Amino acid sequence: MAMAALRREGRRLAPLSSPQSITAVRSSLISQEQAPLGLRSISTQIVRNRMKSVKNIQKITKAMKMVAASKLRAIQVKAENSRGLWQPFTALLGDTASVDVKKNVIVTVSSDKGLCGGINSTSVKTSKALKKLTAGPDKETKYVVLGEKAKAQLIRDSKKDIELSITELQKNPLNYTQVSVLADDILKNVEYDALRIVFNKFQSVVSFLPTVATVLSPEAVEKEAESGGKLGELDSYEIEGGETKSEVLLNLGEFQFSCVLFNAVMENACSEQGARMSAMDSSSRNAGDMLDRLTLTYNRTRQASITTELIEIISGASALEG
Amino acid sequence: MGNIFRTNRLDHKSPLAGPTKTLCDTVTDQPSPIFSPAFARGTQSAGPEPSPSDPARAERPQQFHTMFRRASCLLARSLFLSSSRSWVRPFSTDLPAAPTADSTFVEAWKKVVPNIEPPKTPIAFVKPRPPTPSSIPSKLTVNFVLPYASELSTKEVDMVIIPATTGQMGVLPGHVATIAELKPGVLSVHEGNEVTKYFISSGFAFIHANSYADVVAIEAVPIDQIDPTLVQKGLAEFTQKLSSASTDLEKAEAQIGVDMHSALNSALTG
Repeated sequence: MAMAALRREGRRLAPLSSPQSITAVRSSLISQEQAPLGLRSISTQIVRNRMKSVKNIQKITKAMKMVAASKLRAIQVKAENSRGLWQPFTALLGDTASVDVKKNVIVTVSSDKGLCGGINSTSVKTSKALKKLTAGPDKETKYVVLGEKAKAQLIRDSKKDIELSITELQKNPLNYTQVSVLADDILKNVEYDALRIVFNKFQSVVSFLPTVATVLSPEAVEKEAESGGKLGELDSYEIEGGETKSEVLLNLGEFQFSCVLFNAVMENACSEQGARMSAMDSSSRNAGDMLDRLTLTYNRTRQASITTELIEIISGASALEG
Repeated sequence: MGNIFRTNRLDHKSPLAGPTKTLCDTVTDQPSPIFSPAFARGTQSAGPEPSPSDPARAERPQQFHTMFRRASCLLARSLFLSSSRSWVRPFSTDLPAAPTADSTFVEAWKKVVPNIEPPKTPIAFVKPRPPTPSSIPSKLTVNFVLPYASELSTKEVDMVIIPATTGQMGVLPGHVATIAELKPGVLSVHEGNEVTKYFISSGFAFIHANSYADVVAIEAVPIDQIDPTLVQKGLAEFTQKLSSASTDLEKAEAQIGVDMHSALNSALTG
């Protein structure tokens, strides 16, 4: 009873009393300069403010994680269904990643929004490495950038190499028509011998593999078919439809690009949501840890100031008694 | 102490290893990771059929051991029944190695950028296909894919009729390798006595020498889901647009509309 009364007194008097020499309260989180010199305690108010803001951050990141999880569920189904789309082309034309051509265009697929972990940086790193790989005398490599984040990173050192940059891809839900229009745009405006699409393939919620898919122009396909190697069997295929073989190959190339790009954009969107989920999850966990530490500090500060108050009162009383 | 006891029983069981061995071999052909040789040995020792029948063992009041054996026996039995009885699992070194990465690409990458892992390429994600067989196979394997779904994936059928730009083309097993451009029309899949018809809006079809057919289309609807009245309305609308079109672009768009609707029309009637 008396203790409770003393405690209440202590709380009321806390801002005015307790000497600054309380070292127990020293914590790396609290800076001395924040407490004005007149005040004799490191105010619990500061810690309380920090706690409130950290708790709000935790709530926001948890909500973002839920949103990303629900978006992931929706888009994962679509991405998995679209996986069958590029396989016939690989079965026919093989995987020509190591092809040696003069004009390479690297199509980097990335996200518009941030807070999605490291996937955009990995895409940009892969693109830059590919550029180095395909560089050589007489060869040129250009970028076509999809998404704000990659554009921001690539524009810093390769500004003149970016042919085309497209943003706000996901404003409307992704569908094939939109991607085919985009593919058409790219094919019309960019000269290429080989298109290399760099994206993050969605393997699972925690694993995203940087992948490069290659699409060759019809002329490059002809050249490779003549020189033998992977496309050597292409000549054994009869061509039905169209007047000439080259016309059909042209259509085939364009169709292949739009299909592969569609799958790439879907997989990247999935990876983005998955990466955002795990980034937000780890950030809520960090916020939770920080909140625990702050709570402990807060309690220590509070108890220290009460103790000091008690000491003062009691020593004052005993001094009076003599 | 129980473990030592169990190992003694293992030694007793070795004469019976003969008949149980085939059981475990067929069991291990499952691609599940738990069916490693160690586990196979475990089932062998735990003993499927023979052990409960052995009177000496049945007497033993080792409840835990019998339960364990029973459980693994049931597991082994169910897997034994599900796997083929005559197929002996080949050694992994005998099977042809499926290429999972383009080696020239990986090497070139490692030379230029040694710190970063080389990215994956599509070949790592495709299932390998069988090579061209020497005799014509009896069935055609069809993959019919759309951007939103794989309608048919590795389905074995007798024949497919695809609407190529040069007309309807029938594809039977053993068809010569072909790349066919498709126009809007009806794709029909013949399997035994059933015929499934889809109306597809253009695409491509690849027929490979090993009797695999890939049909890639943008949209496909089963014929019975098409509404005839809407088709007529659309046809009338586009014919009218075509006649009133001024620029080349409008003319082209109207022409496409007309082509599509007349194909739909003939699909419904034909």
